[in-house]
Amino acid sequence: MSILALDFPPVSHLFEWPNIWLDETIFAINKTVLIYFAAVILTAGLFWLGSRNKELVPSGIQHFAEGGVQFVEESVVMQTIGPDGKKFMPFLTTLFFFIFFTNIFEVIPGIQFPANSRMAMPILLAMLVWVIYNVVGVRSQGFFQYVKGSLFPPGVPKFLYILVTPIEFFSVFIIRPLSLAIRLWANMVAGHLLLVTFAVLSATLWSSTYIGAALPFTALVLFTGFEAFVAALQAFIFTILTAVYIGGALHPEH
Amino acid sequence: MSIIAQTASGEFLEGLKAIGAGLGYGLAAIGPGIGIGIVVGNAITAMARQPESAGTVRTTMFLGIAFTEALALIGFVVFILLLP
Repeated sequence: MSILALDFPPVSHLFEWPNIWLDETIFAINKTVLIYFAAVILTAGLFWLGSRNKELVPSGIQHFAEGGVQFVEESVVMQTIGPDGKKFMPFLTTLFFFIFFTNIFEVIPGIQFPANSRMAMPILLAMLVWVIYNVVGVRSQGFFQYVKGSLFPPGVPKFLYILVTPIEFFSVFIIRPLSLAIRLWANMVAGHLLLVTFAVLSATLWSSTYIGAALPFTALVLFTGFEAFVAALQAFIFTILTAVYIGGALHPEH
Repeated sequence: MSIIAQTASGEFLEGLKAIGAGLGYGLAAIGPGIGIGIVVGNAITAMARQPESAGTVRTTMFLGIAFTEALALIGFVVFILLLP
């Protein structure tokens, strides 16, 4: 594909990496999998190191870990579920930091690949969230009450249920996990494509006219900062939507 | 249409596909663009009027943005899928 006579690589070259180990098995390792491993190690290491020597006045890594936990508690759990959502704190905090670390590799020089721009991890996390909020709903309200509350929202005239129930079924049980996964995945794909476009533009203009690369390179640096913000924002949005779904299953509308 | 079908070569179809993908994304971005503008604008008004409720408003604003933005992203996904 060539746009404006630039050698823009095909989209599949930007997101598909060759296997480097255990080739042709289902356990094949490529760059995306390595980034997942790194994110798992970072998430586990952050909280392991942060809670190793508990000091009254936190400093360094403990300060960062406590700040993250406090952020999730104050701006996610308390705003959406309420005080009885505290038992979901470990899950939501881990979810936030894991998604943040997989996303932030988008802007780390030398790696520069958001692992969540492959659909595997977003859809897996969305399925996990789907299972959790349904199990929470069934356990806190009972199966029939939960299904009735989800499919027949109260306060609707009886004859409208013919229209409302199928829509609610699709939106609660099918659209919710799909839109969670697609939102994270598409944001990361869009960010990666944006950075690649400006990088290719800078490289091409640098090789033909040195001075012409100044503008796209400035844009590249600015967009790299913007994408770091988007990486954190998408992790936050995924976590807060998870909390909203769990809260909806925990506290039904009356 | 039969004339187009007779003369359509591979390149012509590729061009139509690219135009369709580009137009599709552009059209899909109009509504969510307006919607996000309304969401954020009203959230700013609310925060300016009641600064003490800024935390709640900000959380709700991000939720509104996330739901609105999903439509634009689905347009973007179709654009990726249409291009080979």
